[in-house]
Amino acid sequence: MTALQFFWFFLIGLLFSGFFFLEGFDYGVGMSVQTLAHNEREKDQIVHTIGPVWDGNEVWLLTAGGAMFASFPYWYSTLFSGYYLILFFILVGLIIRGVSFEFRSRVPAHQKNIWNWTLTIGSFMVPFFLGVMFISMIQGMPIGKDGNMTAHFTDYINVFSVVGGIAMVLLTYLHGLNFIALKTSGAIRERARNYAQLAYWVLYVGLVVFALLLIFQTDFIQVHPVGTLALLVVIVALTVLAHVASFKGAELTAFLASGLTLVAVVVLLFQGLFPRVMISSIDPAYDLLIENSSSTPYTLTVMSIVAITLVPFVLAYTAWSYYIFRKRITLPAVGASEGY
Amino acid sequence: MTITALARFQFAMTTVFHFFFVPFTIGTCFIVAIMESLYVATKKDVYKKMTRFWGRIMLLSFAVGVVTGIIQEFQFGMNWSDYSRFVGDIFGAPLAVEALLAFFMESTFLGLWMFTWENKKIGPKLHLTFIWLVSIGSLMSAAWILIANSFMQHPVGYEVRNGRAEMTDFFALITNTQFFYEYGHVITGAFTMGGILIAGMSAFKLLKPQKLTESDTAVFKKSIRLGLVVTLISSIALMGVGDLQMKSLIEDQPMKFAAMEGDYKDSGDPAAWALIAWADEAKHEQVFGIEIPYMLSILSYNKPSGAVKGMDTANKELNEQFKDKFGEQNYYPMVNTLFYSFRIMAGFGVLMFLVAAFGLFFTRKKKQILYTKKWMLWVLGLCTFAPFLANTCGWLVTELGRYPWTVYGLFTIEQSVSPNVSVASLLFSNTVYFLLFTGLAVTMVGLVIRELKKGPSFEAQQVKAANATAVDPFAKEVF
Repeated sequence: MTALQFFWFFLIGLLFSGFFFLEGFDYGVGMSVQTLAHNEREKDQIVHTIGPVWDGNEVWLLTAGGAMFASFPYWYSTLFSGYYLILFFILVGLIIRGVSFEFRSRVPAHQKNIWNWTLTIGSFMVPFFLGVMFISMIQGMPIGKDGNMTAHFTDYINVFSVVGGIAMVLLTYLHGLNFIALKTSGAIRERARNYAQLAYWVLYVGLVVFALLLIFQTDFIQVHPVGTLALLVVIVALTVLAHVASFKGAELTAFLASGLTLVAVVVLLFQGLFPRVMISSIDPAYDLLIENSSSTPYTLTVMSIVAITLVPFVLAYTAWSYYIFRKRITLPAVGASEGY
Repeated sequence: MTITALARFQFAMTTVFHFFFVPFTIGTCFIVAIMESLYVATKKDVYKKMTRFWGRIMLLSFAVGVVTGIIQEFQFGMNWSDYSRFVGDIFGAPLAVEALLAFFMESTFLGLWMFTWENKKIGPKLHLTFIWLVSIGSLMSAAWILIANSFMQHPVGYEVRNGRAEMTDFFALITNTQFFYEYGHVITGAFTMGGILIAGMSAFKLLKPQKLTESDTAVFKKSIRLGLVVTLISSIALMGVGDLQMKSLIEDQPMKFAAMEGDYKDSGDPAAWALIAWADEAKHEQVFGIEIPYMLSILSYNKPSGAVKGMDTANKELNEQFKDKFGEQNYYPMVNTLFYSFRIMAGFGVLMFLVAAFGLFFTRKKKQILYTKKWMLWVLGLCTFAPFLANTCGWLVTELGRYPWTVYGLFTIEQSVSPNVSVASLLFSNTVYFLLFTGLAVTMVGLVIRELKKGPSFEAQQVKAANATAVDPFAKEVF
């Protein structure tokens, strides 16, 4: 494995981390539309918290996918074709969710609830299926000699992967609740905090089950005992920190902690995979490795130059956009439409 | 049904649907940016109304364009995994750059543009910068995806090693001659479309002048003028680039060229051009044709002499060239589809040019007869639908004409498909996509009509109400 290959493995991990940190709360906010808000005005209020930024956040996923295609084409091909139906459901979730923002503010009042529902359902689907995908992936999947994965329903839907999917939904839901508490004022802010404080008790149970399954269902503890245990501790510590911060009303701390929890989960998965990118359940010889699934040094060099040049600009204007929209969102007046 | 046929159908369906909205957004976004520039320069309220009104329609298209675009990036891996393995070293790079350079820019600045209209700290000039950055972002996005497509049409800057195409020259990849043709064609096509959409929809509104306020009438009249100016200029460029691109095919992809003209046999010198023809694709022969003498020579070489190859010769040459790697095979594409797609595309292109030219003439200051003549407004209004057909037909020619390759001369469609995806999965995804797209299309059309019915003034009132209460100035700041 060359330094360049490692750099790109690291970068893919970083892009997925950025995606879960940023788009994670968008999913949570989306789920909250039908589960937290009590009336149409509150729904508008919480959608408004992510209105200007959700689309930019989603680009992290597209960039992660594109970067994977460019730097690890064999990984991209095996993963995307192997998880055909799972990715299809993720796409459906992204589609029905993505159009909802625009459509719900444009349709006649009596149709608005259709698009509130698509927003919420789509926001549940994406993290759930991403969780299922990543967790079954680290368990090892039937990847053959030619690098093709021919998985059956029970390969990717099992107890561990479903727990993983639910855990991902819970983590993003909590991240979204913390974001709403941070970005709104009035009744919804209090309610978001109350919900979060309760939901964290459920998450603790989920995390214990998750940790046990991780230890018994994957080889992470054999391959990387120190890193795996350390990261599990970090995940629990961050969860407790977020929970305590929520009780204390330290909304920014709670939000950052729940975001970093998601990042820690991504890091846990990537360090456990290392130096592989896909694990074959048929024969370890068929594992896809960082070493043998990447692009050529030439392409990786070109892409490194592009990435190192562009990423600072992207981060700068993204940060500036968050700065512009830093104000808390209040309950809109009766009869007022949304921002645009 | 084979997995290849289903995967191809899915690619066609998702891409055609996606491409209804791509040029729609690129074209209207560019014109909205011009409208806002006019507003900032003149401070006239009519330009602000135009910007906001057409901006709302652009945003609808943007939303559907974004979500259908995600499918595109995923489906190379999902349905075409062996293709992705073969070209990933080259093809992935432009896709990654597109996301990093263009998608972030478009979506971030669009968010800023949408939500900072009344923000005191963002002055009108900064606000104008946002929409231009969105427009530039969309133009860059098109550039990178077409760099990727150009490689498939005319591969450069690579070597086949280790069972895949490996990049050897990034610069060659982004300066592919095919890319310049494609880019020029797609972008001028998008601008042509944006102009005609705005002019056409305005024409529908002017059909019922009694329902419009005076200020709304002014908005739509100005929109027709501006839209037609953009369409006129870009359609002239469009025809020029299209002509160059067509000529490049004679050398680069002779089979595609011959199929677009429906010629099986080599032409005589001078070559005649078939206006209408029908091919018996099984027997490889033309059943009938109405021909214009000299015309094909003029189109091909700008002079009334010179012959072009027919499909039979092209087929023989391709077999000689590739028989070591791909064996003897049939290189004939879907001739009638290409022949008529090309004519529909080019015909509508010329139509839009003519409508723009006459439309501008009949709306000149001295004599503005278009605004009151019902039949003229109907013609212009119906032109709203023309670019959707023209764009689709254009891509059908480009992509179907490359048969049987995914990467011309290097890799075939049969080799490209994901071998591990089942027919059942593909049938399922095709069905759901179809239903989903139908729903989205119906909603989208309904919402555009709704926006048109509401009109520009309604929007201004709504905004006043919303902004009175959108942000609480006394709220504690977050950071």
